[in-house]
Amino acid sequence: MSVLKAENIKLVYGAGTSFEKTALDDVSFEIEKGEFVGIIGHTGSGKSTLVQLLNGLLKPTEGRIYLNGKDIWEKPKKIRNVRFKVGMVFQYPEYQLFEETVYKDIAFGPKNMGLEEEEIDKRVREAAVFTGLREDQLEASPFELSGGEKRRAAIAGVIAMDPEVLILDEPTAGLDPLGREALLSQIADFHRVRKNTVLLVSHSMEDIARISDRILVMSKGRKVMLDSTKNVFSHGRELESIGLKVPQITKIMMMLKEKGVNVDTSVLTVEKGFNEILNILSQKTKE
Amino acid sequence: MVREITLGQYMPGKSFLHKIDPRTKTVLLIAYIVFIFLCRNFISLLIMSLFSLLVIFMTKISFMKYLKSLRMILFVIILTGFFNIFYGSGEVLWQWQQLKITSGGLINAAFVIVRISMLMMVSSVLTYTTSPTDLTDGLERLMKPLKIFHVKVHEIAMMMTIALRFIPVLLEETDKIMNAQKARGADMESGNLIKRVKSLIPVLIPLFVSAFRRAGDLATAMECRCYNGDKNRTRMKVLHFSIKDLIALLGCLVVFAAVIVGNMYFPAVI
Repeated sequence: MSVLKAENIKLVYGAGTSFEKTALDDVSFEIEKGEFVGIIGHTGSGKSTLVQLLNGLLKPTEGRIYLNGKDIWEKPKKIRNVRFKVGMVFQYPEYQLFEETVYKDIAFGPKNMGLEEEEIDKRVREAAVFTGLREDQLEASPFELSGGEKRRAAIAGVIAMDPEVLILDEPTAGLDPLGREALLSQIADFHRVRKNTVLLVSHSMEDIARISDRILVMSKGRKVMLDSTKNVFSHGRELESIGLKVPQITKIMMMLKEKGVNVDTSVLTVEKGFNEILNILSQKTKE
Repeated sequence: MVREITLGQYMPGKSFLHKIDPRTKTVLLIAYIVFIFLCRNFISLLIMSLFSLLVIFMTKISFMKYLKSLRMILFVIILTGFFNIFYGSGEVLWQWQQLKITSGGLINAAFVIVRISMLMMVSSVLTYTTSPTDLTDGLERLMKPLKIFHVKVHEIAMMMTIALRFIPVLLEETDKIMNAQKARGADMESGNLIKRVKSLIPVLIPLFVSAFRRAGDLATAMECRCYNGDKNRTRMKVLHFSIKDLIALLGCLVVFAAVIVGNMYFPAVI
């Protein structure tokens, strides 16, 4: 059974006023347990709105969202339980830190869940390890940390709730290349070890291409496609028409193909591209 | 939810009222406030009310917007109106022990309600038709004479501009932080008063931190550009007193004169 299922969801902001705007229109999809799904789309494509619907921060104007087969808005008063199961890391999450110590801030979510002290302690420490925070940093004030460390602390705060589905909205925005790399591999590690479902919103094709199983492409509030990473990027021209860029290496492959070189255009990483070109060259020399 | 607050919302337009000088508008608004409280009978009040409606109509902004501005203080209007019914002299219409409703009380209540409503709506005319920058610019020029008493007029105006500019930014920020804390299971809707106030801490602390961060950034940016207040500062848009301002001024004088005449020739009821 799918862990998350969206059925014809539609969201209209400011309905009935002059500012009426349809942010999402007729979006349906299913996400399987344990999947790593990337969500891409141009600015204003509705991807951030979509993820806020999935954990019940916004209520769809029309349509339904199912978590493990149950409509999340069946009992509106119990929506908090949905938020514990679908953890959400917002853009620039470091701005939500507020506690005296990093430890207390990470413990905020688990505490709201009503867990025992011992369990909270275990979860906080585990989350800190996953995000690469040092033991001594747990007792520091979150405002003393560097920008990148603050972000780790904030992400740890959501991971500590051990959500079934973890949603990250542009987690690498504003980080330097090294920080990006480290954070992404930590997220990938987390997914591998815990086997949770992860949704990663990003507009960086390189990031998404590398770690997602499937990709959901959004444009102008509608779902364009939801398919395996390889298949999605083989629709290079289509992606470009909605203002998205394919990874640079894929782009090179596409251009080679247009020039008449018979290469595979679904190559996503530089390494694979390198091998692909080597192959072609060795074939040519044989001829 | 927090976005619904309309505070001094400027609505761009090309009406006569949009075009007159902010200084003229400010001075006339102050005079208007004085005169609406000078009305002593229904004739004067009617003149002022009709004039207010005319001004509102001239802004070419939907009347609904003005009604919405009233909604914010609806409670105040009802409350003051209600209490005024019981104060006043004149013919007793209804009595229950110490409590009595008099004809004078009813008139008082009517006056208070009309006055507050008109006051609010006409004040909205100023904020709806004047951009915040123009407004503070105008105020700065009006307060200039205070410089003799070493009042830092320009700095005050600058602070007002910045404060106005950051209202929407901070509202949006509040929304974001609330969502982020809700996603971590913060419960802001249930519980008793103490619990609710406590649940605001996770929102207020990040909000203050971010406000101070923004203030610091802005101060640094201003310093980097060697901003030194009003010394030798020139303006891109210099305020001019035009023929339109003269028309507005004369129009208001006529109305205010009519109010005085109305007060003099008809018996006072309040």
